[in-house]
Amino acid sequence: MMNIMKKPSVLLGALALGLILSSVSAQAANEQYFPLQSYRVGPYAAGGTGFFGGFIDYLQYVNLKEGGVNGVKFTWSECETEYVVEKGVECYERLKKGLNGAPAAATNPLSVGIAYATLERSTADKLPLITINHGRTDSTDGSVFPYVFPLQLNPYSEVSAIINYIGDKSGGLDKLKGKKIVTLFHGSPYGKETNPILELLAKKYGFSLTLLEVPHPGNEQQSQWLNIRRIKPDWVILRGWGVMNPVALKTAQKTGFPADHIIGNIWSNSEEDAAPAGTAAKGFISITTHPSGTNFPVLQDIDKTVLKAGKGNLQDAKRFGTVYYNLGVVNGILNVEAVRVAQAKFGKRPLTGEEVRWGFENIKLDDARLKQLGAYGLVQPLKLSCSDHEGGGAVRFQQWDGKQWKVISDWVQADRKLLRPIIEESSHKYAKEKGITPRDCAKES
Amino acid sequence: MEFFLEVLIGGLLAGLMYSLVAIGFVLIYKASGVFNFAQGAMVLFAALTFVSLLERGVPFWGAFAVTLLSMLMLAWAIERMVLRPLVNRPPITLFMATLGLSYIIEGLAQTLWGAQVHGLDLGISDEPFEVAGLLLSQFDLFAAGTAGLLVLALSLLFNKTRVGISLRAVADDQLAALSIGIKLQKVWMIVWAVAGFVGLVAGLLWGARLGVQFSLSLIVLKALPVLIIGGFTSIGGAIVGGLIIGASEKLAEVYLGPVIGGGIENWFPYVLALLFLLVRPAGIFGERAIERV
Repeated sequence: MMNIMKKPSVLLGALALGLILSSVSAQAANEQYFPLQSYRVGPYAAGGTGFFGGFIDYLQYVNLKEGGVNGVKFTWSECETEYVVEKGVECYERLKKGLNGAPAAATNPLSVGIAYATLERSTADKLPLITINHGRTDSTDGSVFPYVFPLQLNPYSEVSAIINYIGDKSGGLDKLKGKKIVTLFHGSPYGKETNPILELLAKKYGFSLTLLEVPHPGNEQQSQWLNIRRIKPDWVILRGWGVMNPVALKTAQKTGFPADHIIGNIWSNSEEDAAPAGTAAKGFISITTHPSGTNFPVLQDIDKTVLKAGKGNLQDAKRFGTVYYNLGVVNGILNVEAVRVAQAKFGKRPLTGEEVRWGFENIKLDDARLKQLGAYGLVQPLKLSCSDHEGGGAVRFQQWDGKQWKVISDWVQADRKLLRPIIEESSHKYAKEKGITPRDCAKES
Repeated sequence: MEFFLEVLIGGLLAGLMYSLVAIGFVLIYKASGVFNFAQGAMVLFAALTFVSLLERGVPFWGAFAVTLLSMLMLAWAIERMVLRPLVNRPPITLFMATLGLSYIIEGLAQTLWGAQVHGLDLGISDEPFEVAGLLLSQFDLFAAGTAGLLVLALSLLFNKTRVGISLRAVADDQLAALSIGIKLQKVWMIVWAVAGFVGLVAGLLWGARLGVQFSLSLIVLKALPVLIIGGFTSIGGAIVGGLIIGASEKLAEVYLGPVIGGGIENWFPYVLALLFLLVRPAGIFGERAIERV
């Protein structure tokens, strides 16, 4: 050892290595990491590439535009899940510890299956699990699910808002009495999740409800639509996924049901759901939490700062401003806002998952803040808390004009007061099963 | 009665769409005894190539020709790189090879053309029209006509041409065919190329109906019970099997579904297929294998 240290070249080399290592560690020490369980191949790649493209572009935008949040830059790495649950769990385990010393902020798998499979792990690891517009409805109750965030819209809110819209179109909720509504749902736990709430709403408002299941993947729906033709409903709610959506629209046309009386849910609302159906999709209505299009200041700025600089993540630049891409951007805005809020409390440094969770629970996006972010009209006003991990519960309605979506309504709110006791009943049942003592949200600050 | 007839006719026409996929399986099984699990992936590859060329401004028939050429090249590559090295291996080995092939072709298709979902308009209207109070789909009738033409063309190929006679000889007995100078590799190459052509036709029709997307490869699941019922070695059997499966699954979904909870369309055809297996293991038109033990 003495001999080695006597050699000046070796000594200099060691010093240089030390400097490099310390600079890497200093760099990592000022970065916040997002582990991305993305899916860019396989049957759902179209959704994955759009969503993760938008999410990454927003993180890149904040880095380029503002140098991160208070000097803390964002870093990320991807792990391919192919939308397969086992791979999603493997990716979670691989990425959860952070990257080169940068701590993980939250996971965003955009998959109901992966979210369910990593829910307990996320809680044990104190790492927020973000299920924007999907996931377990009862995870809205943050007192039982402290680390799970079905941001903006949970499945129950989704159908409640649709029924409110149909009521509005009928001249008031009292006019729903005697109406016929058919729900065509994907034959999976996701598809079936809202059936009990629809039955409850049918009872409350007096409309007749028929629930028709379409087996996965939904590439053949002749019998369901012939049934619909026989029932002659006033409206059809389409709770689809993937190929089931264009096939539903095409078969509806084939059996003579008008597209403008079909309302698609949040996973039936993208360009990929409507465009393949061609003319059959014209007039089709769906809900959205985030209009497509590029006329929002934040998107125009992303275009200028990221895409035009050749740093965009999309393989096909034409997808900029589409539904999945914009959902990714909205998801980025909410994740970054949580970090920003948490930094205001815990300090301008990379944060732990637990600290970021506090940030999520204290997100408050009013119109003024949304305008500052350039996302007014793109994101609904949101106020999250310890007990409310959804925060919004509103949707807008859009209609396919044959080429693109056109927004046709203002924000339509779900009946959250009606839903809350049902959510709490379910979350408390879960708490009892798992031996969880719910947090006292009154004591949280 | 009117409703029953609509469901029945709709089912029969849907069944012919399943037959289109099943024919691709039959061709390869007849000539090589291989159950080609990659047929669904070939359908996806063909449709995705065709629609991607169309979107890049290539005219319809130009895109069709280039896609057909790419399917021929795929057939050549499969014969050279997969089948030839595996000659005389047990059927399960060849089956596993096609299983691997399906993943490779799916991955290749997405790598070449991306993961985006595409609409495909063949210019055939899907507006319904009424005949004696029954709604019929123009598109489904067109697909049924196409399936009929395909069966006719393949029957002519198998029965009236020299190539067809070679194919039948190989299908009957590979060793005997070899002994009289028929080139096994050439026959396999032709069969895979014809299966590629059938995949292209099926891909276009299914793609126009579903949109060209990854799920196209899943339509093989609809073809399996068709093959079990019709037999793995008969093109006519694939048509009859398709008709039986299409009609029965629709009638079961409409009339039996509400009684047992709905959503039975996916598994009911397999129940039917299993029952057929118990009674007639080779299918209605399949060849009974008699082996000396």
